[in-house]
Amino acid sequence: MTHRTKKTAVFRAVDVTKIYQMGEVQVHALRGVSLELYDHEFVVLLGASGSGKSTLLNILGGLDVPTTGTVYYQEQELTAGSDAQLTKYRRDHVGFVFQFYNLIPSLTARENVELITEISQSPMDPRRALELVQLADRANHFPAQLSGGEQQRVAIARAIAKQPKVLLCDEPTGALDVETGIVVLEAIARINQELGTTTAVITHNAAIAQMADRVISLSNGLIAGVRVNQSRISAAELEW
Amino acid sequence: MRKLDRKLIRDLLLMQGQVVAIILVIAAGVATFVMSMCAYNSLHGSREGFYRDYRFGDIFSSVRRAPDSVLPRIAAISGVATVETRLVYDVLLDVPNMNEPATARLISVPESGENKLNKLHVTRGRMLEPHRTGEVLVSEIFADAHGFVPGDTVGAILNGRSQQLKIVGIALSPEYVIQVQPGSIMPDNRRFGVFWISQRDLEAAFDMTGAFNSVTLKLSYDHHVEQVVDELDHLLKPFGSVGGYARDQQLSNQYLSDEISQLRGMAVMAPSIFLSVAAFLLNMVITRIVSQQREQIAALKAFGYTNWEVGWHYMNMVLVISLVGTLLGTLFGIWLASGMTSLYHTYYRFPVLELRIDRGAIALAFLLTTLAAVVGTWLAVRSAIRLPPAEAMRPEPPHSYRPTLIERVLPHGLLSPELRMVIRNVSRKPIKAGLSALGIAMAVAVMILGSFSLDAVNYMMDFQFRKAQRQDLTVTFVQPATASVVYEMNRLPGVLDSETMRSVATRIHFENRSKRVGLIGLQSNPQLYRLLNQSERPVSVPEFGIMLNTRLAEVLRVAPGDWVTVEVLEEKRPTLVLEVTKIIEEYSGANAYINKEYLHRLLKESSVASGAFLKVDSEHIDQVFRELEERPGVASVAIKSAVIDAFHEAMEKSVLIMRSFIAGFAAVIAIGVVYNSARISLSERSRDLATMRVIGFSRREVSTVLLAEIALFTTVAIPLGWLIGFLLAALMVSGLDTDNYRIPLVINPSTLGMAAAVVVVATLVSAVIVQRRINALDLIGVLKTRE
Repeated sequence: MTHRTKKTAVFRAVDVTKIYQMGEVQVHALRGVSLELYDHEFVVLLGASGSGKSTLLNILGGLDVPTTGTVYYQEQELTAGSDAQLTKYRRDHVGFVFQFYNLIPSLTARENVELITEISQSPMDPRRALELVQLADRANHFPAQLSGGEQQRVAIARAIAKQPKVLLCDEPTGALDVETGIVVLEAIARINQELGTTTAVITHNAAIAQMADRVISLSNGLIAGVRVNQSRISAAELEW
Repeated sequence: MRKLDRKLIRDLLLMQGQVVAIILVIAAGVATFVMSMCAYNSLHGSREGFYRDYRFGDIFSSVRRAPDSVLPRIAAISGVATVETRLVYDVLLDVPNMNEPATARLISVPESGENKLNKLHVTRGRMLEPHRTGEVLVSEIFADAHGFVPGDTVGAILNGRSQQLKIVGIALSPEYVIQVQPGSIMPDNRRFGVFWISQRDLEAAFDMTGAFNSVTLKLSYDHHVEQVVDELDHLLKPFGSVGGYARDQQLSNQYLSDEISQLRGMAVMAPSIFLSVAAFLLNMVITRIVSQQREQIAALKAFGYTNWEVGWHYMNMVLVISLVGTLLGTLFGIWLASGMTSLYHTYYRFPVLELRIDRGAIALAFLLTTLAAVVGTWLAVRSAIRLPPAEAMRPEPPHSYRPTLIERVLPHGLLSPELRMVIRNVSRKPIKAGLSALGIAMAVAVMILGSFSLDAVNYMMDFQFRKAQRQDLTVTFVQPATASVVYEMNRLPGVLDSETMRSVATRIHFENRSKRVGLIGLQSNPQLYRLLNQSERPVSVPEFGIMLNTRLAEVLRVAPGDWVTVEVLEEKRPTLVLEVTKIIEEYSGANAYINKEYLHRLLKESSVASGAFLKVDSEHIDQVFRELEERPGVASVAIKSAVIDAFHEAMEKSVLIMRSFIAGFAAVIAIGVVYNSARISLSERSRDLATMRVIGFSRREVSTVLLAEIALFTTVAIPLGWLIGFLLAALMVSGLDTDNYRIPLVINPSTLGMAAAVVVVATLVSAVIVQRRINALDLIGVLKTRE
C-alpha cells in the first residue's frame, strides 16, 4: 500500500499518556505518544513486555481512555467520547483479537461469531467469516474442543464478521507455537488484503514486523522508531 | 435465541449443583410462604363466609335461668340487632361400642326449626321437624368419629332420665367449627359432640318452659361490644349470669383465630429467612462468576456490547434462578396447602373448606424473590457493568493479604502454612466469611424452629398431665354436690383415691384490668390435682388468699402481695378482695385457685363440690364409667388418658409432618450454603491449590486449606445457630401465646443435637464433593489457563 500517493489517516494520536493503578502500584504505561495509522494499512506495533503497546492499542480501540492527550478516529475525537459513544464506536467500527482469544467457552465457534453479528449493522454471514479463517468445518465445536491456533482463528473470524473498519490484534500469536502462529498471521494478512481492513498487530516478536507496511517500535511508553517496509513478506516466509 | 441467552443457559448448566441448591432454598421459602398464605386464605375465607351466611353471633352469655320476659329488654339494649335465647345443656351420652362416657352439648332449636343466629348447615339427613320429639341433629365431626348416619339412635341422660335420641341429620354450626370441650385444651372428636334438639324437648326435660339459660346477640354495625356486654351483664345479673363475652372469647372462634394468626406469622418468618439466605448465596455465586468471566466481559464490551447489555446478561442469570425457584416453590406450596386444607378437615368443619389459591400471594412471592435476588446480587452485577474492558484484559492484581492478628499473637511456627492461608483468607473477607457462617447458622436455626414445638408440647403435656395432675378422671356435677354424693363416689369399686373441688365463675379485677376466670377451690394439700411452681415443685394451698396461674398474672399484671378484687358471678354474687399469695405455673387457660374451705366460708355455703378428681384402678375403669353414667348428678367425665391421646394424635398429624418438611428445608439451606461456599473457594483458589500440589504438597494438605475453612464456618455456625434458633423460638412462642394455652420455651438437647447433626452431615457431603474435585484437579491445565 506504500505505493499510494494520498494516505488517509484513520487514527491520529497526539501526545497520549496513560497512568494506571495496578494493585498497589502506579504504572506509567504511555509517556507521550503521537502517531497516525492510515487507511488499509498493516501496522505492527513492536515492543517488549511493558513497553505500553497494549495500552496504546486499547486506547485506539476505545477500550480505554488516555490520562492526557487526544486521539482521533477519522474526524471524530475519541477522547471526547462518552462511554456510550465509545461502546458504539467499538460496536460499529472495531474488531479485536486478543492474545488469549477471549472466546466465550460456553458458545461454539459459530455462536461466538454470531454473538457479534447479532449486534452489528452490516455483518457478513458468520459462515463466511469462518471460511475466511478456514474453519468452516469446525463451526460447531466449543472452544475447549479446538486447538490454540484454531481458537485464535475463531477469534479473528469473530473480529472481522462485523466487517470492521479497523482490526486490532493484541499479541495474536503470543500463546501459540510457530507453525500455528503462522497460520493465524496468514489469516490476519488475508483479511487485510481481501477486505482492506486497517490492521494493527501488537507483538514483541520482531520477525513478525516483516509482514507489515509499517513498523512502529515502542519502548518504555514512548515511540522509539518508525520503519517503513519497502516490501512485505508473507507469513509463511517468516522465520523466528 | 440470542447467543448471549444461550451462553446464559450453558453457564447455568455448568454450575448446576450450585444453581440447584439456590433454587431449592428459594423454593423452600416460597413454598412455605405460598402454603401459609393459601391456607390462610382458605381458612380465613371459609370462616368469614360461614360466619356471615350462617349469622354467627357477636355476643354470648349464659344464665342459670331467665324468664322469656327478659327478651324484649335485651333486644332494647342499644346496638343489639338480633337476640336469640335458647337452652344449652351438657349431658352424658351412652354411645354404643364405647365404654367411656362422652359428653354431648344439647342446644335447643326453636320450634320453627330455623335459628335466627348461629344457623345450622345440614350436610346429611334433614332438619328437625316441628312437633316430633326425640329427634336430634348431630355435629358432623362427632358423627364422623362414630360413624353415625341419619336414622341411628344414641342414648343420653337428660336431667337424670335416660332417653333415646334419634339422629335425623348431620349439621355444622359457625359456633362449633372446631369442638373443644370447655376445660380441655385439644378437641376430642370422639368424646365431645354437639347435638341440636327441639326447644320443646329440652324445656320438658329440664323443666325450663318459658325460660332460657343461654343467649346470643347480633349487633348492628358500628357498636361498642364492651358496652353491650356490660349492659347485658347488668340485665342478666339477677338471673345468675356468669358474664357475657364477645367473639374473641368464643372458644371455637379463638382456636380458629389462633390458627389463622399462626399462618400469618409463618408467612412472614419463612420468606425472611429463606430469601435472605438465597440472596446471600446468589451474591456469592454471581460475584464469583463475574470475576471468573472478567475476560469474557472484556471481550463482549470490546466488541461493542454496552455495559447495560452485559449487566442485564448477569442479572438475567439471577432472574432465571429466582424465577425457577419461585415457580417450583409455588407449585410445592400449593401442594402443601392442599394437604394442609385436608388436614384442617380433621378438626375444623365448614360448609365449604376448599383450597383457595391466593394469586396475590403468588404475585407477592414472585416480587419478593425477585427483589431479594436483585438486591442480593446488585453489587456483583454492578461490578460487571462497571468493569472497564481494558482493565479486564489484564489479569486481576493479587489480593492484598496481611498477617492477621492471630498470627501476630501466636508464635510463628505454630501455624502451618495451610492454616495460615485459611486464617488470612477468612480475615481478608470477614464479611463474606461471617455471612457464610451466618447462612449455615440459619440452617441450624430453621431446624430448631421447626422442631422445638414438639419439645415444648411434650414438656407441657408432661408437666400438666403427669407432674401436676395425677387423677385419671375429672367428674363435674350438674349442681354442687353434697358431701354424701362425694362419699358415695369414693366408695365405687375401683376408685382408689379422690379429691373434690369447688369452682365458681368469677371476674377478677386488678387496677383497670379484669378477666373472667373459673376460681377453683382445692384442699390445702392436693395429691391428685397438684399445683406446681416454676421449678415443678408442688405448692400447698394457703388457708387464705388467692393464687393465680402465670397466664392470668400476666394478663392482670399482678405479683404476689397484690390485692385483687374477685367478683363472684354465681349464687349470692359476693365481691371479695383477696391477696395474691402465689403464682402457679400452668400452660393452659387462665385459672385462679383458692383454699376450698376458705371459699366455702367466703360464699357462706356448706362443704359442697362442683366436681371431683378420681384415681381409678385401670382394671375397673369400665365399671366406674358405667356407675358414673347412671348418676344423674354427673355432668361430664373427662378422661385424662383420652386427652393425652387426642393431643398426641393431633400433634402427629400436624407437627410431625411440618417437622419433616422443615428438616428437609433446613438441610437444603445447610447444603446450599456449605456447598456453595466450598465450590466457590475451590474455584477461586484452584490455581493456588494446583500450584501447591505442583510444588509438592500432598492432596491431603491441599484439601486442608479448603476443608479447614468449611469446618471453621460450621464450627462457628452451630452455636450461633443455636442462639438464633433460641431467639426465633422465643419470638415464635410469644407470638403463639393465646388465652387458651401458653407454649413454654423448651428446647431439648436432642433437638439442638439434631440441628447440629443435619448441618454437619450437609458439611460432610459438601466436603466429599469438594474433595473429589480437588483430587481431580488438572494440575497442568489449571496452571496454563490465565485466570
